[in-house]
Amino acid sequence: MDDPMKSQEVCAIIGASHAGVNCAFALRKEGWKGKIIMYDGDPELPYHRPPLSKAYLSAGDIMGLTPLKSEAAYLKEDIVLRLGTRINAIHPKRKEIILENGDSQAYHKLVIATGARPIIPRIPGIETATHLYPLRTAAHVNCIQEAIKSGAGKEVVIIGGGYIGLETAASLKKLGANVKVLEREERILARVTAPVMSDFFHQLHTENDVEVLTGKNVVSIESNGNQNTVTCEDGSHYIADLIIVGVGIKVNVEMAEKAGIKIKNGILVDNSARTNDKDIYAIGDCTYHFNTYYDRFVRLESVQNAVDQAKIAAAAICGKEAGYNAIPWFWSDQFDVKLQMVGLSEGYDEVIIRKENTDNCFSLWYFIGDDLLSVDAVNNAKAYVWGTKFLKSRVPIDKEKLKDSTVDLKAIPKV
Amino acid sequence: MAKITFITNDGEKTTLEGTSGSVMSLAVENGISGIDGDCGGVCSCATCHVHVAEEDMERVGEASEIEAVMLELADDVTEFSRLSCQIEISEGIDGIVLTVAE
Repeated sequence: MDDPMKSQEVCAIIGASHAGVNCAFALRKEGWKGKIIMYDGDPELPYHRPPLSKAYLSAGDIMGLTPLKSEAAYLKEDIVLRLGTRINAIHPKRKEIILENGDSQAYHKLVIATGARPIIPRIPGIETATHLYPLRTAAHVNCIQEAIKSGAGKEVVIIGGGYIGLETAASLKKLGANVKVLEREERILARVTAPVMSDFFHQLHTENDVEVLTGKNVVSIESNGNQNTVTCEDGSHYIADLIIVGVGIKVNVEMAEKAGIKIKNGILVDNSARTNDKDIYAIGDCTYHFNTYYDRFVRLESVQNAVDQAKIAAAAICGKEAGYNAIPWFWSDQFDVKLQMVGLSEGYDEVIIRKENTDNCFSLWYFIGDDLLSVDAVNNAKAYVWGTKFLKSRVPIDKEKLKDSTVDLKAIPKV
Repeated sequence: MAKITFITNDGEKTTLEGTSGSVMSLAVENGISGIDGDCGGVCSCATCHVHVAEEDMERVGEASEIEAVMLELADDVTEFSRLSCQIEISEGIDGIVLTVAE
């Protein structure tokens, strides 16, 4: 049997973002005495990604990245960072990984935290567009800032009205750009929220002078070298100095798949984040994992999942019993609105809106039958916190009390 | 500039100097164990919970409304609880002692 406490053993981690970094530190906390070597193609000291489309982008170039951990912390915990180094292959039989320069590194335990990459849809002309970027890394944001720098009044077209697109719209608006959001569906945030939330954010952006256009399927992009013309299926055209693509992600699972690791909508892992290879774990956005609360497999794009799975994997690698049992949570900041979400709304058959007495302060409670599935809270931390508590305890909710904002949230469970 | 002392769960005392930014950032930059700051400092995760020493509470100030609500998600909350991402470093808090929550 493997002894995780042996000091000569190696745990290699592919991917040094929220999942990988938290796993490395958690391994030390759980008592891993061996080497920890972490690889990432991104040359930057690993940083928080959520601020990229929010505070980091809107601050122009005056704000630095927010590091996940300081350089000193990696040294202190003896975690070796190989930044700017991609991994090309995994050989589970030989228990080694192959670096892009051809070198190999043997491992005893391997953690795959490769995350996801933005989808660049196959739109004619997208390859030759001027200043077209997705937004997932610091390098993307730096390119966007560079493109927007030479003055206010730049024309920006954002393809995709999801969270990334909308957060980016709000941030670029703050920088003085003219921003249009082109959404293919009939409403923004269609995949992730109820129509009432889509309406709220549509209005918020409109009030802040962002043009939100729905039912806009982009069919071509033409560049004259300086500017682009974005054409939609309905024949409409939009001029763009800068185009941001935010239409979703594709999980980075190809390398794992080639190595014979089971893939199903992501890297398939068990409750301790282990793949079908007993020495290979996978964590974060790239995984397809079982959620005990919702009793189904899910794939999540979130900091919460990355951090929680990282801790579970670390414990399991160190031979401790650990099972993933977390209720997902997310957040988004747009203009002065703070949206906090807990749970997964998929499959809901009823949404209850609870409006508080303050402006722009409300919450959506998603149910299937009598079971609460999730809560979206707008400028309403209280609803978020109580929603979290009710989800955790699975306490039945009195829907009539919930609708009535004069009844304190504390008192909405059925008695 | 302010000197801030952190007492971690293992009883270790670390004094750090900061000039600006949040106490959470200072702690994370210096690897103070138990202060994670998973959300990056936007008062969304309650993973940077500290207990302020009683005698320093007046200088540090009480939690804001949102922060107080978010603290309800943390364990072991007392009247001296704060989320350290919401404490700005300034000369006014020089010398304070914070105990990292479990």
